[in-house]
Amino acid sequence: MALSKRQRAKAFRFAQYALLVVAAVLLAVVADWNEIQRSFFNLEIAAEMFPNAITVALKNTLVYTALGFAFGLALGLVLALMKLSPVAPYRWLATIYIEFFRGVPALLVFIALSFGVPLAFGLQFDIYSTVMLALGIVGAAYMAETIRAGIQAVPKGQIEAARSLGMSQGRTLLTVVIPQAFRIILPPLTNELILLTKDSSLIYIIGLARDQYELTKFGRETLSRSPSLTPILVVGLCYLLITLPLGHLSRHLERRTGGKKISTPESTGLGVSA
Amino acid sequence: MSVDDVVGVGGAASDLAVEITGLKKSFGTLDVLKGIDVRVNRGDVVCVIGPSGSGKSTLLRCVNLLEEPTAGRIVVNGAELTDPDVDIDAARTRIGMVFQSFNLFSHLNVLNNLMVAQRKVLKRDAKQAQEVALRNLERVGLSDKVNAMPGQLSGGQQQRVAIARALSMDPDVMLFDEPTSALDPELVGDVLGVMRQLADEGMTMLVVTHEMQFAREVADRVLFMDGGYVVEEGPAEQVIGAPQHERTQSFLARVLDPTHQGPSST
Repeated sequence: MALSKRQRAKAFRFAQYALLVVAAVLLAVVADWNEIQRSFFNLEIAAEMFPNAITVALKNTLVYTALGFAFGLALGLVLALMKLSPVAPYRWLATIYIEFFRGVPALLVFIALSFGVPLAFGLQFDIYSTVMLALGIVGAAYMAETIRAGIQAVPKGQIEAARSLGMSQGRTLLTVVIPQAFRIILPPLTNELILLTKDSSLIYIIGLARDQYELTKFGRETLSRSPSLTPILVVGLCYLLITLPLGHLSRHLERRTGGKKISTPESTGLGVSA
Repeated sequence: MSVDDVVGVGGAASDLAVEITGLKKSFGTLDVLKGIDVRVNRGDVVCVIGPSGSGKSTLLRCVNLLEEPTAGRIVVNGAELTDPDVDIDAARTRIGMVFQSFNLFSHLNVLNNLMVAQRKVLKRDAKQAQEVALRNLERVGLSDKVNAMPGQLSGGQQQRVAIARALSMDPDVMLFDEPTSALDPELVGDVLGVMRQLADEGMTMLVVTHEMQFAREVADRVLFMDGGYVVEEGPAEQVIGAPQHERTQSFLARVLDPTHQGPSST
């Protein structure tokens, strides 16, 4: 009865495949396929959603995300530099900001911007400003830490080389450190962009005109008029149209920068000077 | 303690490219340099040798203030760098530095590595900066690598590009911090060849090195450092060929031992 180690591993792997097969068979037998098709794959409803799903909803999702990401990146860079500042109060402010906005739901920020700020300050933002500020404020909190890590990952020798050529501290930062830092953090920044793409759906809280719908709102609105979950599936697939290429891009960049790092002398340990 | 020099110490101040007086440097409680006096005449090549941890690299890095001296005076071409009012960025453009780990800007190609500081610091126009860059690239024998990225070059090629980058600023003095220590042995010769050629052209050079043969043949003077002091200094032939001090003798015996082919790193 005693099995060798290899036999046991083999049996275990067989059991895993068997479990999959059993689950698939059960699903096929138990599920009501007609019902599922009516609920999720109603082609008529799906067809009605086009071209607006692309020309309005997908386009708006892209625009909202791009605005939020651009603002978040700029603010995140400022916060990252504050975190690295020799002036302690700047570091404290950046830390408080980051901890706060990483800790609260993005939805609260949307609500505050669209209802709280107009009441408190008498400022009324249009929808583009609201989405840019809300997504940017939240995104910056995440991106600041990533950018800081990227700046610190630039080898010290690069900075010394720049300074020894007479570049000032600011010039070194602009010409050498930041370009290299962004190369290093492109993969995590791409992931941040994916998260923001999904968070752009929170703009629904404001109440949108029809031509301002982004994907989620568009899907929910279609859903309210049709007896099928098909719209949700359609907009879900539209999100994947954005996020899958981004994820692919992120992995591609990761491989590329990973390969590049290996070839620099700093990372071989030879850069350590006596 | 140091053997007083034969080469014109009494010469006019303008003959001095580098003058270091009473230099001390501490990292926290660790005293790395304990009072260094060095003079480098214009056009001279001075090699600094000594065991690891003796403070050679720190001395070199103090000369362009990559390390802030704890005490002492550093004068390069008549400008006192240790004066708090000096524009250190401007002073550094006159002092070329070559690092052990090359430190080429990894996001720029070879040409831009040579041009970026000329453009941004010296404010040369693109045409002039490119001319200077190409001329210096030719000087180090790498004209065909203009468009290469640093990662595509061998260590020896990267170091020669780094030398050309420093030369493109038209420096008065070149500092070399163990320029061949990170190289595979077969690539050392190319870099030393470029340095030898620079020396022949009359460049003032301060070189921290483990290459005793190079020091012996190229250096006008050699400093032996140990424990944060210059223990012995004099003409290369004397310090390397006939060292007076017991610590110099034991260091050279270890380094020149025939079983050690390359630079000893311990």
